[in-house]
Amino acid sequence: MALLEVRDLRVVFQRRGTEPFTAVDGVSFDVDPGQTVGLVGESGCGKSVTSLAIMGLLPSRGNKVTGSVRFEGTDLLTLNDKEMRNRRGRDLGMVFQDPLSSLNPVIPIGLQVTEVLERHRGMSRKAAMVEAADLLGRVGIPDPQRRLSEYPHQLSGGMRQRALIAIALACRPRLLIADEPTTALDVTIQAQILALLKELVRDMGTALIMITHDLGVVAGLCDEVNVLYGGRVVEKAARYPLFADPRHPYTHGLLASIPRLDGARGEKLVPIKGSVADNIPWDHGCAFAPRCPNALAVCREVTPELEAGDVRSLRCHNPVLPGTPAAQEVPA
Amino acid sequence: MTAAVEPAAADAPTGDTLVSVEGLKIHFPIKRGLLVDRTVGHVYAVDGVDLRINRGETYGLVGESGCGKSTLGRGMLRLVEPTDGRVLFDGTDLVGLKGEELRRMRRRMQMVFQDPMSSLDPRQSVDSLLVEGLRAHGLDKGREQTGKRLRELLSAVGLPSTSLRKYPHEFSGGQRQRIGIARALAVEPDLIIADEPVSALDVSVQAQVVNLLEDLQEEFGLTYLVIAHDLAVVRHISDRVGVMYLGGLVEEATSDDLYAEPLHPYTRALLSAIPVPDPLVEDERERILLTGDLPSPANPPTGCRFHTRCPWKQATRCDTERPELREVLPGHKVACHWAEDIRAGRIRPHEVEAVLVEEGGISPDIPLVGPASMTEALNP
Repeated sequence: MALLEVRDLRVVFQRRGTEPFTAVDGVSFDVDPGQTVGLVGESGCGKSVTSLAIMGLLPSRGNKVTGSVRFEGTDLLTLNDKEMRNRRGRDLGMVFQDPLSSLNPVIPIGLQVTEVLERHRGMSRKAAMVEAADLLGRVGIPDPQRRLSEYPHQLSGGMRQRALIAIALACRPRLLIADEPTTALDVTIQAQILALLKELVRDMGTALIMITHDLGVVAGLCDEVNVLYGGRVVEKAARYPLFADPRHPYTHGLLASIPRLDGARGEKLVPIKGSVADNIPWDHGCAFAPRCPNALAVCREVTPELEAGDVRSLRCHNPVLPGTPAAQEVPA
Repeated sequence: MTAAVEPAAADAPTGDTLVSVEGLKIHFPIKRGLLVDRTVGHVYAVDGVDLRINRGETYGLVGESGCGKSTLGRGMLRLVEPTDGRVLFDGTDLVGLKGEELRRMRRRMQMVFQDPMSSLDPRQSVDSLLVEGLRAHGLDKGREQTGKRLRELLSAVGLPSTSLRKYPHEFSGGQRQRIGIARALAVEPDLIIADEPVSALDVSVQAQVVNLLEDLQEEFGLTYLVIAHDLAVVRHISDRVGVMYLGGLVEEATSDDLYAEPLHPYTRALLSAIPVPDPLVEDERERILLTGDLPSPANPPTGCRFHTRCPWKQATRCDTERPELREVLPGHKVACHWAEDIRAGRIRPHEVEAVLVEEGGISPDIPLVGPASMTEALNP
């Protein structure tokens, strides 16, 4: 049994007077201890909502979450607020994208780290302070003792993100969810943070869910990758086959549209035409069909199912054949 | 995409040079005090930059946030006032220009901003956004002709002509960026400075805008200065690339040379930090992890700005003498005392102890370290 089993997770946002909107539409995946699973996609594909639903952090009104999220056999979706609070921070940790808005600006860093330790591990303030300094040091913050009494604005962006990781790791959670943890950072700092996350997964056996739009980050970090589009998983595979041989036209298109540092220069990029606004609902066809270079008539009529194969699961009527070069540019 | 510029031509002050920046400095005073504004220090955003952009080429400027790349771009257009130095645009020094003369020069150099949502007035229709520039420069020659021009512009950037009556909120991010580009094109400029033109866009849309910029350059013979932090994008579209660190250029070379053989330690670290979307490459790659953060531009390190984080730092010169940008290989300039030795492998990288970044003399409400860009810091 996997550490975390997400089955058929569905999040529907509903506001009075408007059509309900399905942000996450039947997403399933497993995470094992020590494994890094990536959720990849563009803005609006439902990757962040998935993580908020797992953590039980969606607002209590205006949405409906169905399916199941089994953490060591317990369905997190059935827990009440108090039980969930006991889990968050202890079993489940989360690192958000923007460290400045997820740290409290008027509370010193030290207090924000010790808060978790006191709440979940029942430590005294004094013991917690010692542990906090140790934690900050472990995530690579120089002079941690002094940093304990400083406020978030006194730290740089990379240091804030490290502090946030320290808070998330304070109780040695078995599952860590990192939602675009490096998007707000510079590349050299990003490399530091990614190296840190990799080390933590290896040393502590923490399971990591990595949410990102950056395929480069995924290639270096994730064992298994779920590519999301329009709230559904369209392709799921281990990272080697996924990058060597992307079969879904969306994955294929994404890889063809990013300039590579080690590729030949001067070649035209092949963009995916249109934008997410062109999506059609999944109900009667494939949401990606209007942007897809491989679309057939059937794509706009029948919803493709996620079909599991030996190496990958794929949701497509007309997948890209192995070894196909990037599709020709279609005038938008 | 224009043909690669000959290295020799890139250096000689020929008639081909469109813009030449000489010793440009842009310092911002840090003020304190309630009644009397005391200047307590300066932010050395741009501190002595020389560069030359040839007609028809794309010059890429890369660097991390806070290195002064945006300020340099703005300073070249005199959107911020340079403290010292010269900006020669087609032979005219922009720094001395005033009033009407400056205004007339501005037609020839336009800017495309990062965030199309905040650089387009939400209450102006596309039509009025595009006509504004034409009117200001006396290019609005009657309704019929202007209407034709606007439709041309829209088709050049790949938008339907029905867009004219729409407002910015009705467009997607990529389309908005197209409107921003059309606005810059409207007055038929020679130079377009694009400050992070694609970083606010989704990956699949980025390529559309990058290709558009390339097509337009071919069609209208434009010269670009592209400012970006994404080195992969910059490499793709630029002929020559300049790397900035803490207010100064540390390396300049043709795009191919720079990526094939980075000579400055900072460029090496920067290139090695960029993830490549290929697991096989990622597993093999050797990363040069820089320790610590970018030092504060209000209190830059002495000597070489990079010496506090440099894995190749030597005991002498690095912390006392600021290296000049000098030509090490033909067309390849580096600001490092030890570039030849590092290139030959005579100096090996070593461990660097992370240094605390001090907030020397900076008021706490201007976050100068970390992800906040200079632009953000100056326009809170």
